[in-house]
Amino acid sequence: MRRRKFLALMGAAGVGLALGKTPAHAASNAHFEGYPDAKAVLFDATRCIGCRKCEEACNKVNKLPAPAKPFTDLTVLDTERRTSAKAHTVVNKYMPAGAKGPVFRKIQCNHCQEPACASACFVRAFKKNPDGSVTYDASVCVGCRYCIMACPFNVPTYEYDEPLTPRVMKCTMCHPQITAGELNMPGCVGACPKEALAYGKRSDLLKIAHARIATFPDRYVDHVYGEREMGGTNWLYLSGVPFKELGMREDLGVTSAPEMTSGALTVVPMVAALWPALLGGIWAISKSNEKTADKERMEAVKAAIDSNQAANDAKLAKFKEQAEKDKADSIEREVKKALEEAAAAAKEEEGA
Amino acid sequence: MTAETKKSLFTPFNIFAGIVVIIGLVLTVLRFTKGIGSVTNLDDNNPWGIWIGFDLLCGVALAAGGFTTSAAAYLFGIKKYNSAVRPAILTAFLGYALVVFALHYDVGRPWRLVYPIFYQPGTTSLLYEVGLCVFLYLSVLAIEYSVAALEWLGLKKLRGLVHKLTLVLTIFGVVLSTLHQSSLGALYLIAPSKLHPLWYSAYLPIQFFVSAIAVGLSMVIFEGTLSHKAFHDKMDATYLAQHDGVVLGFARAASVVLAAYLGIKLIALGADNNWKYLLTGWGAWYLFEILGFVALPSLLYAIGSRERNLPLIKWTAGLTVLGIVLNRFNVSLVAFNWQLPSAQRYFPSWGEIGVSLFVVVVGILAFRFIVTRMPIFYEHPDFKDAH
Repeated sequence: MRRRKFLALMGAAGVGLALGKTPAHAASNAHFEGYPDAKAVLFDATRCIGCRKCEEACNKVNKLPAPAKPFTDLTVLDTERRTSAKAHTVVNKYMPAGAKGPVFRKIQCNHCQEPACASACFVRAFKKNPDGSVTYDASVCVGCRYCIMACPFNVPTYEYDEPLTPRVMKCTMCHPQITAGELNMPGCVGACPKEALAYGKRSDLLKIAHARIATFPDRYVDHVYGEREMGGTNWLYLSGVPFKELGMREDLGVTSAPEMTSGALTVVPMVAALWPALLGGIWAISKSNEKTADKERMEAVKAAIDSNQAANDAKLAKFKEQAEKDKADSIEREVKKALEEAAAAAKEEEGA
Repeated sequence: MTAETKKSLFTPFNIFAGIVVIIGLVLTVLRFTKGIGSVTNLDDNNPWGIWIGFDLLCGVALAAGGFTTSAAAYLFGIKKYNSAVRPAILTAFLGYALVVFALHYDVGRPWRLVYPIFYQPGTTSLLYEVGLCVFLYLSVLAIEYSVAALEWLGLKKLRGLVHKLTLVLTIFGVVLSTLHQSSLGALYLIAPSKLHPLWYSAYLPIQFFVSAIAVGLSMVIFEGTLSHKAFHDKMDATYLAQHDGVVLGFARAASVVLAAYLGIKLIALGADNNWKYLLTGWGAWYLFEILGFVALPSLLYAIGSRERNLPLIKWTAGLTVLGIVLNRFNVSLVAFNWQLPSAQRYFPSWGEIGVSLFVVVVGILAFRFIVTRMPIFYEHPDFKDAH
């Protein structure tokens, strides 16, 4: 009985482990290569001069508040910055060892082909659009900030000072403005005086990027950042120095964010389906054990009572027998005594 | 505690609780008039602080006593644990209610917390799963707990109806707990580039689930010890007679679960071949957690239950609870964003600590309010099938 219970428990534990171990992919073999006509932006760090014109254009297009220091103030570049709720893009200056001078790198949303933010959002506030951009809908946002946790590029920002209507803020690749016909390319791209930014079909830009590397192999690192990082992004980068020197992570891998969580998600319906059966089974076993134990106890009690009864009966019979024997003996004794007395009396009479 | 006369109102705890509640209310006003930024140290690099790391992750883990105890008593049929179920369910119910309460401070627009469930579910998100399960489990716990409240109110018919649901609710509770306890760990699967490799693992969901069982068992022991001091007069003969058995049995179970947890932690270490990190400073911190708060309590529980050493078991329960809090802090705060320069790392503000403390104190006050009035530590004389 105890063995059966043990096996049931072990079975439950074993299935639990097995389920966790085999992350069968929810999307089977499907691999999303991005929308076919998706646009992208190519940033070439060898061309960027750190003039902050892109920052200014972004600020204007998105109607963001004016910064404390004007965009013409280039001393801002002396400290490393990141995107904020008031700046969807920033340019940073790096002094890589071996480079002739400073190298600049622009940060903004990379518009992943399979965005971590969209995968992490529990109200589907993020959307990957066919034009390649990733946009956000504040009208459903709860403000949990899991998107900010999930983003491998540390891009989305939050309006922490808004008490009741805080929004997640990030670059939209000017999707609303381009859709409305106000712009024909993102604001930053249009403002770049050095053609360090180029806007076009992602597939075309990839060809251009690789062509530049092939034409000037000494000028470029042989890698287009964003071609495959985190499943590929719609913002591509070329650089003359290792990307690590420009504050870019080189250890992100090529697995998209949704693939990292699909395994855990596939376990959910299995637990929901199998746990009740297993737990119900364990309950049934323990219940039946209890019943059997009860029955056995009852039988044992009955047997004990029965054997007690028999012993008592035997004892009683013995007592009775003894008592009867005693009675018979005493009668015999009395009779004998009476006879003896009678005989003695007769003798006396004879003698007298 | 029964006679709440004017004399007994100004106990040291009540004064402390009163101050915390006042601070909490002030912080509440600040949060909803000046924004999250005014009371927290959260920023764009560190969007989740102790309101998630402690209030949510630890809150849910520490409330795991509810499903472990009810499963042991009602599903595995260990009847000597029956009297431990009600206090454990009450703790779990209050724990989850407070988790949801605390989330109202953390999320930007708390009135939309129902959106993922009723308006626009984002089913690819692990957080959706957490939200759905916590919502459903809180409902289950409310129903399970309501039996005691209905007995208190004397609503016999309704109480009988709810009592009949015990088995179904228990199974549903275990299913939901399995799912969301593990999903809290799975939340971090999406960010391998941010969490230190010693804590990041594909096994995070299972690690969170198994450690939740260990801490759930420990919380029953720990909380029973505290309750014994405060509410001894409320406990009936059955509860008191079964109490030592519960402590010994749970200690033995917790020892085994902690050993299993240690095993899967080591498997994760080996699976990702992370041994090399053990020699770094992070490795020392990892070993401190694993040896001091997993291996050690497992051993101490084993010794304690073998030698029937109740004080040792009670201290070990405290150590285990502390260890899981440390683990959740490590995953969500300490080892998260480990590559950022120290100037950009997060440390909680006084405002955040104040709100978390406020939430805990509200929980203790609610617990006291209920156990001094409702049949939690004793059977209601009219309802003898309660246990």
